[in-house]
Amino acid sequence: MRALLQVYESVRLQRDFKMTMNGRLTVAHALLRAASPLLGTLLLAVALSFAQPPQINPDNVQLTMAPVQGSVYVLMGDGGNITVQVGKDGVALVDTGFAPLAPKAMAEIRKLSSGPVRWIVITHVHGDHTGGIAAMAKLGMTGESIGPPRIVAQSNVLNRMTGPQPNNGPKIPEAEWPNDEYFLPTKDFFFNGEAIVVYHLPDAHTDGDSIVFFRRSDVVSTGDIFRPGGYPIIDLARGGSVEGEINALNKIIDITVPAKYQEGGTLVIPGHGRLCDEADVVEYRNMLTVIRDRFRDMIKKGMTLEQVKAAHPTLDYDTQYGATSGTWTTEMFIDAVYKSLSEKKSASASK
Amino acid sequence: MHHLPRCRAAGLGLVLTALVALPAFAQVDFTGEWAPLYHEDGPERLPGPELGDYTELPINAAARMAADTYDADRISVVPEYQCRPHGGDYSMRGLGNLRVWREIDPTSEKLVAIHTHLLAWDSERTIWMDGRPHPPDYAPHTWQGFSTGVWDGNMLNITTTHLKTNYMRRNGVPRSDKAVFTEHWTRHGDYLTVVTVIEDPVYLTEPLVRSDNWYIDPGQNIGVFGCEYAPEVPRPEGTVPSHLPGQNPYLKEFADWYGLPFEATRGGAETMYPEYQKKIAGEYHPPEKCARYCKCTSLFDCNVTSK
Repeated sequence: MRALLQVYESVRLQRDFKMTMNGRLTVAHALLRAASPLLGTLLLAVALSFAQPPQINPDNVQLTMAPVQGSVYVLMGDGGNITVQVGKDGVALVDTGFAPLAPKAMAEIRKLSSGPVRWIVITHVHGDHTGGIAAMAKLGMTGESIGPPRIVAQSNVLNRMTGPQPNNGPKIPEAEWPNDEYFLPTKDFFFNGEAIVVYHLPDAHTDGDSIVFFRRSDVVSTGDIFRPGGYPIIDLARGGSVEGEINALNKIIDITVPAKYQEGGTLVIPGHGRLCDEADVVEYRNMLTVIRDRFRDMIKKGMTLEQVKAAHPTLDYDTQYGATSGTWTTEMFIDAVYKSLSEKKSASASK
Repeated sequence: MHHLPRCRAAGLGLVLTALVALPAFAQVDFTGEWAPLYHEDGPERLPGPELGDYTELPINAAARMAADTYDADRISVVPEYQCRPHGGDYSMRGLGNLRVWREIDPTSEKLVAIHTHLLAWDSERTIWMDGRPHPPDYAPHTWQGFSTGVWDGNMLNITTTHLKTNYMRRNGVPRSDKAVFTEHWTRHGDYLTVVTVIEDPVYLTEPLVRSDNWYIDPGQNIGVFGCEYAPEVPRPEGTVPSHLPGQNPYLKEFADWYGLPFEATRGGAETMYPEYQKKIAGEYHPPEKCARYCKCTSLFDCNVTSK
């Protein structure tokens, strides 16, 4: 914890130094500086909440495999949703859930296919999506396997997994790293009779977010960019931002095509929560866009973080998306939005 | 050994069949073409509600803020809103005629489902009558939701879950995807009355009850609705029009036009009950002469200047 605080303090000092050197201490700079102690706590809290997997007893967890459409299914339970595509070539997965649940998850997958797991796409770095990589890769191998599965992730995911861990945590073993990272805007491959396109959506939930589009099945798996049960987690410590999150949601809306009267068509598997379609993503995008516009206005007026909180700028959405406890509370969301947009203003002002 | 003559046995069979079928006859058949009656809430349902009119809605502060900051430009600027239909809880209140038909299992002759079709957005619902459960929580939500029905004597009680987020009133008052609504259908000769009770833990502090009426209209012909979205206003992609909190200039128009105290237009459970009339008695100053929607009971006589 102390190490992370030192890192954060170092970054803050460097930033303040740059501001002073530029000789332009803007309102946004001042606001950001005033809010820094609180935001440091926020960064620490977020980093900690995703660093350690919760204690999970697989016997107490119920996993549910639900058909989505085409050759795509979703496995839901504790941890992030796992997207499962099956066919004559074997199995492709998007995300792996927590490590302790891997045997149970694989048992559910084996009810659909006895083929080898050949592809695992990782949507982002958090442990509730990456924890099961090594176990699922091992359990997914069969006599038909020609080697371990390709584990695809955007290169920032690999960078964060191979680098120092939050809270000076233990190094992540190499077996849990992606072995097929990409750094271009997209990566695609053809599997089980359909094109699978992986898009990197930068600086959204984190800086290494990918979404996966199964073109023939017409299903998009979004990772935690979209989680309809709560406010989006803007993981600033890992490169997330409000603007990037909104851009990412707009990209999902671009890809999805509804059927008659804005319903059905392309189905959307969120990082957590129920099956959705474009209309559900639109509501979520609208929420974040409206909140972004309000925060922009308040920051422009020079309001401090405490003044913003006192104005209850998310009141109309709190009963739908907010939380007062857990890993991502409404207060943490407000802190993150404020910091993300203040930093953007600071950056643009100093140019 | 005596045998019944074959013709007499067949007749007995018919009588028995008729007796067995009697319970089905005791239930009401809603099958047919129905035309809407707008004598209730005509101005809200026909031209659409006034901005800032939250009367008769037991909304909470979250719903009020959502409506206050809603900008109706959203309907045209956000392409995905252009063809968004009414939700299942609202569609019976909207414009357009209704068709109801039954789905009977040909083997058992049992009622499997009641289907409805409404003109607006060609909205179709299936009300399952075969006792099936509602889908699990993870199932997709739809505009019309998932409906099951049970008989209570001659009344059909319908429960609908799995709704998509939509509006409770078309001036921006929201209804969440966590809402559940119950309908009570009763038929009195040529008239159908539908009472709807909406429970929404996100935006309501108590259930919202409203009713609609229809009359049988066998000669009606429901046309094709059709809708294709198209960008109408050049705006940057991803624009979502809204008013900043406290900056919507239109919120007090409704109170001013009808001589109501502003607080009475803000909705909330208290404002729905007769006691509230006494509370605002000294502050309610209706215009001397009706100026807006003075007659509003059908498509042909309801506009802002109708007399």
